[in-house]
Amino acid sequence: MVFTAVNLALFSLLPLHARIAQSTADAELIAQTAPLRRLQLTDLCLSSEARYTRHLSLADRHAPFQEHPLALEHFPSGSLILPTSQPHVIP
Amino acid sequence: MNIVFERHLNILDFTLSSLLRRKGKNLSLLTMYLMVIFMLASLVFFVTALKREAAILLRDAPDMVVQRLVAGRQDLVPTQYADSIASIRGVNGVRPRLWGYYYDGLNGANYTIVADDYMASSPESAVIGNGIARSRSMVVGDLLPLISYDKAPLMLQIRSILPSESDLMAADLIVITSEDFRTLFKFPTGLATDLAVDVGNPKELATVAAKIAQQFPDSRPILKSEILRTYQAIFDWRGGMVVIILASALLSFVIFAWDKATGLSAEERKEIGILKSIGWSTSDVLLLKFWEGVVISLTAFLLGVVLAYGHVFFLSAPLFAQALKGWSVIYPDFRLSPNVDGYQLAVLFFLTVVPYTAATVIPCWRAATTDPDSAMRS
Repeated sequence: MVFTAVNLALFSLLPLHARIAQSTADAELIAQTAPLRRLQLTDLCLSSEARYTRHLSLADRHAPFQEHPLALEHFPSGSLILPTSQPHVIP
Repeated sequence: MNIVFERHLNILDFTLSSLLRRKGKNLSLLTMYLMVIFMLASLVFFVTALKREAAILLRDAPDMVVQRLVAGRQDLVPTQYADSIASIRGVNGVRPRLWGYYYDGLNGANYTIVADDYMASSPESAVIGNGIARSRSMVVGDLLPLISYDKAPLMLQIRSILPSESDLMAADLIVITSEDFRTLFKFPTGLATDLAVDVGNPKELATVAAKIAQQFPDSRPILKSEILRTYQAIFDWRGGMVVIILASALLSFVIFAWDKATGLSAEERKEIGILKSIGWSTSDVLLLKFWEGVVISLTAFLLGVVLAYGHVFFLSAPLFAQALKGWSVIYPDFRLSPNVDGYQLAVLFFLTVVPYTAATVIPCWRAATTDPDSAMRS
């Protein structure tokens, strides 16, 4: 019972902690990334092993298969993160 | 009211002692259940927080990026394109961007090199991301040697190191002057990697993009909304490893439910028989099994969610980091800003606790409605 009560207390504190931590973390994130603003970066550095997972938004779905004819996608991050789900549509 | 409450309390008390009698079985069940919820909750927290962080970080992305395609591949853009695009009505400015990738043979890492004369300010100097500084054990003032495409060394003095808070955007970034960039990559003059287009009115973006595509058929405009959408659709549940994680979690639940729904053990049947023979009603037995399900599933849910929160927001999701990192040498040391809402928790609750509790009660109802004598004899 005590174990469940402690769990319940911790669980109820999660949204509260998230809210408090979020306000300070967001402000700090914006302040610390201010010098990068002028670079107008387009992507997150989630994986730097392949160019199509480093710059997801600028890559095509066929980018992993462009190395040579019959090339297969072989970088591990390519199986986890996908380029944009829709083709770049020109209206 | 008090009688009802006391009845529940007594049955709960009995449930806990009954669970403790079968400590080994219930602990292993709890551990399995906990792991499933932990993985699911970690995934939900990680993906949601990452999407939120991406939306904050990518607010400064250009309104539109114009690439040039040659035979289906991205190619360098002539800077004359920039002048023509700048003359389109609605375009506030066009900035040719110089950026590329550099493979460092010393540590096997890939760097993203960006040219910016303001940040790098003087030739042969560089501003580097924290990931590179960590990987190469560098401090401000050190020299970072890069080999140019002419095979000549380019010694860059580290002017500053970007803070670790910017790792999610710039862990592998090296900012140098445009002159150094052209020297390093033997980059032809009059060409740029792509063009960053600033459009004052967001409603005009689609029209401007259409005009650019019409004027330069080999160009590919990428709108800011597409960049943002990429990161909102990241880790799409329909593809990649996410679907594997979800499938394993769902399969585990199917096994749980199957185990519960196919019936009770002889010992459990005997216990139900004894309880009924000493005067427990069917509803009491059902209540007992309901509380048993609630205790196990709720404990696993609460503990799983709390552990997942710690895993993602305090430890920076090391389990997912390994999968994301792949063969990357430089990986950002980022701490996601905590993000928990009622919707996420409700989805997790209904996906995990409710099916398990239901699967516990149904077979018990079958056993509880049988004759106590035959239940004990079975």
